[in-house]
Amino acid sequence: MANITFITTDGTSTTVSGNSGSVMELARDHSIEGILGNCGGVCSCATCHVHVAPEDVRKTGEASEIERDMLELDDNADEYSRLCCQIVVSDAIDGVVLRVAE
Amino acid sequence: MKKSALPDPFAAARLEKGIGHMNDQDDPVTMILRLKDLRKTAHNYKTFQSGATPGRIVVPSEVNIRDTRQIPFELDPPEHTAYRAAVEAWFRRPLEEDYTRALTGQIEALVNEVLQRDTVEVVSAFALPLQSRALTLLLNIPEAEAEIWISWGTHVFRSEGVALDGDKASILYDYIDEQIDRAIANPGEDLYSVLLASAVNGKPMTREEVRGVMILTFAGGRDTLINAITNSVAYFAEHPESLTRLRNEPEILNRAVEELVRYFAPLTHMGRVVTQDTEVCAHAVRADSRVSLCWASANRDAAVFDKADEIVLDRKLNPHVSFGFSHHNCLGATHARQLLRVLVATLAEKVASIDLLDHQDNIEDLDQFKRKVGFDSLTVRFHAR
Repeated sequence: MANITFITTDGTSTTVSGNSGSVMELARDHSIEGILGNCGGVCSCATCHVHVAPEDVRKTGEASEIERDMLELDDNADEYSRLCCQIVVSDAIDGVVLRVAE
Repeated sequence: MKKSALPDPFAAARLEKGIGHMNDQDDPVTMILRLKDLRKTAHNYKTFQSGATPGRIVVPSEVNIRDTRQIPFELDPPEHTAYRAAVEAWFRRPLEEDYTRALTGQIEALVNEVLQRDTVEVVSAFALPLQSRALTLLLNIPEAEAEIWISWGTHVFRSEGVALDGDKASILYDYIDEQIDRAIANPGEDLYSVLLASAVNGKPMTREEVRGVMILTFAGGRDTLINAITNSVAYFAEHPESLTRLRNEPEILNRAVEELVRYFAPLTHMGRVVTQDTEVCAHAVRADSRVSLCWASANRDAAVFDKADEIVLDRKLNPHVSFGFSHHNCLGATHARQLLRVLVATLAEKVASIDLLDHQDNIEDLDQFKRKVGFDSLTVRFHAR
């Protein structure tokens, strides 16, 4: 079981837990504001953009080339940006803090 | 070549030059063929504008058949942002449980009906009724209204052999005007009424703006969904193993739908008007000329997609652009995705196999390229499980 904290653009912090699927699905199941996941998780819509807390990047890993290409043109993107449909929920990411981009 | 295959006519030009050329009604178009170039162009709304003369960013151009600006489609930020925000929640209703339940009911009823028939012409007797009935949900009006739209036939803007037909288009525009009049006289819970009662930037939407949203809603989702539905039936007719797989692995449903949408690219391309002399893919383009974002080509870009010309049903990473990219992503995408998910799940559940009996390809003439986008007709026999 992994606890994951989302901080939305209005500053609201919500911690939810899960043990399977993607972080996008977990966020959507808990109606986290700003995570839409329109494409259902195939990295095509960029509506699940989060910034990983710098100290948590070692847990989540870095964005793949396809993710980076999707985010390249996004004004809100930075080196900590991920599309969270590409982060798998597992014990390995327990405790991470994700700031919702939109 | 399988009959359900959609060949990629852009492959050589995409690799060699990255662009193509099309002369459309003496308003030429430079087609952008590579995914990365397309994304950059789509994102740069200042240089590549949507808010041009109404109808001009559509290819073939509709400037001679309409004056109404389609909204939010033919606007640029910041106006686009405000209008899009005003209609966004309504167009996300397809995710609600009631909506999905009603959609499932419609699709199951239609599939049950075609399973009883000996042969079915899919475009007119399956895709068109399915698209039309589902649109009543998006508009939140009684399902019976779909019979009127079905009676218009598959092409509201086109006659046989004619790219664009103003008389046919006016059937739709007159209909929308009547419906707006009705909604003004008797406001209800339908999209017309909701738009008439909504405000953007603190000002009520005008009748002409409501007309613009409604034309977009009718036009944007008609040929595109009909192509997607018909191509899906043809694909499953020639790939019964995919129906079996979806039945056994329902968890791949979403990936399968995204992959079908990538491969089919139901809308070939969409234009932009260039606002200043610039370059695309190292080729000069002039101010006041047009470029197009060729979704169909970008979706087959081998620099991004492995086995780009194959349908890989469980493709995990699929950054396709069939619903557009950046500011102007498809307003009806939530509806389209939900419809296709329910359709594919229903076919997997109820249909054992489909015989493809006869077909007439629908081939778009893009000057330099001829692209099969779907079928003018497709006759099949459905077999129940």
